[in-house]
Amino acid sequence: MRGGARIRRLFGGRACVLIANMAEIVPLREAVAELVRDGDAVALEGFTHLIPFAAGHELIRQGRSELELIRMTPDILYDQLIGVGACRRLVFSYGGNPGVGSLHRFRDAIENGWPRAIEIEEHSHAGMANRYAAGAAHLPCGLLRGYRGTDLVAHTRVAFIQCPFTGEELAVVPALAPDVTVIHAQEADRDGNVQLWGIPGVQKEAVLAADRVLVTVERIVDRIEPRPGGVLIPGWVIDAVALAPGGSQPSYSLDITERDNDFYMRWDAISRDRDAFTSWIDTHVRGKTAVA
Amino acid sequence: MSTAALSAAEAQTVTAARRLARARSVFIGVGRPSTAAILARALYNPRLVLVYESGTIGAKPFHIPLSIGDGELAHTSDLIVSVPEMFNYWITPGRIDVGCLGAAQVDRFANLNSTVIGDYARPKTRLPGAGGAPEIAAGCGEVVVIVAHDRRTLVQRLDFVTTVGHGDGAGARERLGFRGAGPTAVITELGVLEPDPQTRELRLTSVHHGVEVGDAVAATGWELRVAEHVEVIEPPSVDELAALRELSSR
Repeated sequence: MRGGARIRRLFGGRACVLIANMAEIVPLREAVAELVRDGDAVALEGFTHLIPFAAGHELIRQGRSELELIRMTPDILYDQLIGVGACRRLVFSYGGNPGVGSLHRFRDAIENGWPRAIEIEEHSHAGMANRYAAGAAHLPCGLLRGYRGTDLVAHTRVAFIQCPFTGEELAVVPALAPDVTVIHAQEADRDGNVQLWGIPGVQKEAVLAADRVLVTVERIVDRIEPRPGGVLIPGWVIDAVALAPGGSQPSYSLDITERDNDFYMRWDAISRDRDAFTSWIDTHVRGKTAVA
Repeated sequence: MSTAALSAAEAQTVTAARRLARARSVFIGVGRPSTAAILARALYNPRLVLVYESGTIGAKPFHIPLSIGDGELAHTSDLIVSVPEMFNYWITPGRIDVGCLGAAQVDRFANLNSTVIGDYARPKTRLPGAGGAPEIAAGCGEVVVIVAHDRRTLVQRLDFVTTVGHGDGAGARERLGFRGAGPTAVITELGVLEPDPQTRELRLTSVHHGVEVGDAVAATGWELRVAEHVEVIEPPSVDELAALRELSSR
């Protein structure tokens, strides 16, 4: 059940006109409160581009806990969620600060259990991509040539099967089905149809694999003009759309905001020290309110 | 142009760039591989297709990107694909000629570790993890590894096999069903190690100008085999060095 029907249920208390086959446009605070619960498996996806920072920060402000966080490339946003102790389990394929180096909160949690120990399940990018694609297709597993010969096999969920047609041995990985997927996009129309463009990452698959979907956007437009290479996601597979201008910063939304490379470099020093990190979160996340 | 003395890193980058002079396409991460590929495109191979993991194929960056997903890569690419498409349609089927990879540890068969230093469950250092490396190394036509040359990096035994290079030696890749040729060169700031055609074990085949063979052997964590004739790599020309420094200053 998606779109209008779900929203009628979730946002039933609101005085508004609801039409089936559209996602409701709601304030970010309310969308996060309604859609994300403690203990959920949550994918806040974005491959360098369009990372949903505003929504992730709202999770921190609302004190969501015991989350299973899923993402191919947990970068600064997941470093922050791990550092505040919101993460119980991390499913990922590359945990680094791109072009800069380590994610210090991620490392501190795994190496020293601070602020809490986290469970990890790690894959290769190809494995995670196929796990999402299988989830979007509602298949139980994804199939690929991969993992063979690596030590990952002994430490993650992967199995090997023989192709019934050629006999080739292939890797299978379990489908991903997040309770909630959160993505950021450039724009939505008033019916909650969404368009994103530029580097599309694995967001479409993550949306279609999830039980509930929240999309934050840079702007609401009267009419979406489809762009060549743009990814269009209809409102009826989305539960809620929230307006969050600048909501992917310090990542970026192509043609609207620019990647704040300077901040990615500064994060190294901020996150290296537990006190400096906590103080930064208190000032820049907990001390602020959601946009829009 | 800066008149500063040639650095070991510059010699390493130019050597890697020359290696891409005849490739059609190269898969690159950020850092030195990216710089080398942009330099190769500028100097010797204007049609070289730069492929970044973010999905940008045929990117033509003017600046060296900080991340694999910088806006400039999206704006200048021939096409942008999703991550599932990148791996399932482009990398795994072997459509990319050369994959450039780095690693925290490399062993004598050019297997790579980018996962942990120490025990997996209680690591001394948690590294970022596999990313695209295992399938890039299995699928690309060949692999060029770009790493530091010291005993901490070039080790007797990996703490974790993230990415298979030549496994346990001759025949290993064939047994695993890999299609690409695997690592054909490990380029360091001291020289180049290439797999022995018979055993697949890395041996020192060339050194940068001014580097002694003994220095490279001493900086390797296993008993490094040395080719019968170790070549001295032509130092970067005035033009190559000028282009690299100009690119880095943008």
